Amino acid sequence: MKIFVPVKRVVDYNVKVRVKSDGSGVDIANVKMSMNPFDEIAIEEAVRLKEKGVASEVVAVSCGAAQCQETLRTAMAIGADRAILVETTEELQPLAVAKLLKALMDKEAPQLVILGKQAIDDDCNQTGQMLAALLGWGQATFASKVEVADGKAVVTREVDGGLETLSLTLPAIVTTDLRLNEPRYVTLPNIMKAKKKVLDRVLPAELGVDVAPRIKTLKVSEPPKRSAGVKVADVATLVDKLRNEAKVI
Amino acid sequence: MTSLVIAEHDNASIRPATLNTVTAASQCGGEVHVLVAGSGAQAAAAAAAQIAGVAKVIHVEGEHFAHGLAENMAAQVIALAGSYSHILFPATASGKNIAPRVAALLDVGQVSDITKVDSPDTFERPIYAGNAIAIVQSLDSVKVITVRTTGFDAAPSTGGSAAIETQGAVADSGKSAFVGSEIAKSDRPELTAAKVIVSGGRALGSSEKFHEVLEPLADKLGAALGASRAAVDAGYAPNDWQVGQTGKIVAPQLYVAVGISGAIQHLAGMKDAKVIVAINKDAEAPIFGVADYGLEADLFTAVPELIAAL
Repeated sequence: MKIFVPVKRVVDYNVKVRVKSDGSGVDIANVKMSMNPFDEIAIEEAVRLKEKGVASEVVAVSCGAAQCQETLRTAMAIGADRAILVETTEELQPLAVAKLLKALMDKEAPQLVILGKQAIDDDCNQTGQMLAALLGWGQATFASKVEVADGKAVVTREVDGGLETLSLTLPAIVTTDLRLNEPRYVTLPNIMKAKKKVLDRVLPAELGVDVAPRIKTLKVSEPPKRSAGVKVADVATLVDKLRNEAKVI
Repeated sequence: MTSLVIAEHDNASIRPATLNTVTAASQCGGEVHVLVAGSGAQAAAAAAAQIAGVAKVIHVEGEHFAHGLAENMAAQVIALAGSYSHILFPATASGKNIAPRVAALLDVGQVSDITKVDSPDTFERPIYAGNAIAIVQSLDSVKVITVRTTGFDAAPSTGGSAAIETQGAVADSGKSAFVGSEIAKSDRPELTAAKVIVSGGRALGSSEKFHEVLEPLADKLGAALGASRAAVDAGYAPNDWQVGQTGKIVAPQLYVAVGISGAIQHLAGMKDAKVIVAINKDAEAPIFGVADYGLEADLFTAVPELIAAL
């Protein structure tokens, strides 16, 4: 069984981003970039399925500029067998990415595509679901457990009131949530091996996809600032302030 | 212009998140219709018809809607999409699960997690874990939107008298099946709607301590219970208590963060609370940067003291 894992290169989750003073966007020049944490979890899950003998091949794919190759090499260092870069410097939004991925999936015919549930830069939480719709496949989002057997994926999902378990016929889409697994540390030998693995490049035009954005960003601003708070000396003062100053109790 | 709100419900009643979504829809301009698709959902449809500002309720019945499977729900929305200019879902686990399927099937983009409607085609939404707010304009003729419920007041649940129209159901997709669920029942207020939240971090040290220390405080304050990612990962609290960028987004009147350091991702979920209290023995904890009232103290001493003083 072949598993595809799309991965995105995003601003590292530890970085506290700054909004540019001209309001045109967030300043990401020279900030640390990393694989989207949820996508790391997706690669890890796919590799574990291969190690269990459920999958025979794990393919990583990323859509974006040439630097996304770094992210793909990381995916291969975690254990993906090969990678594909859909190369473009155009701004890519989830619908466009879903279309690019659909074109690839139509060619490659995997049984499972595992994606991160959302990218921590745009926080959209759309691509997996969109891809599932375009392919006409079932989906299980926010997965905290995945079991694959007998042509089905049984997935436990984290939902608002607790947990829910679904059974999907394959091929299907799964998106990962935080507790699905803890990704392994990438070892130096595996980083070296990854350099030799195959990384193919393809252009959006070759896939026949129009990637023009559908949503225009007019302005980016800082969120409203909270006024500075105070430290209170003891519980009595805290209760007094909550009761008489803030009037919330 | 007409908006279709996809109701979140349990067949017997309408969930509060739907009410905030109706408000967002009414701000987009034009009539607001509500879709109630469920199994034995007559009561939910009747409740939807009473929401102030709703002009029409569309009620669709089918056993295959019993658990809100995305494939079936999305197909149903597409069957009814007709000439709606705006299709809105609450940004709940369910709404987030279904909405993008609808957008892709309509070949339009989706605007996720809006906090404000500036005009029928322009919205505000948080990005980078809420460290920036983007004002975005949808270029598509149909806007598919998920609504951050804390950004909009709830429409009154009574006062409306919409017509209820029954429509036929699309077939079961057969691609997915519900196997089971573990949904907790609680007497406490629901986390995303609660006026007061008591939230605990990994400093609580164990599941026993988490509940032993925080439950009496939550009881005293009539509060919901929340948790940091670290506390949930450690097994001290269930996953649906997690407050944060990829957990629950809350904006209560009062948020009491106990033993929570205040990572960027946690703040993303609670920094719109009206009043934030932090109790932490680490003076440098980032949570003190957003707290209105910070108490630098050992939570195991401070919380019992606080309960006694209330």
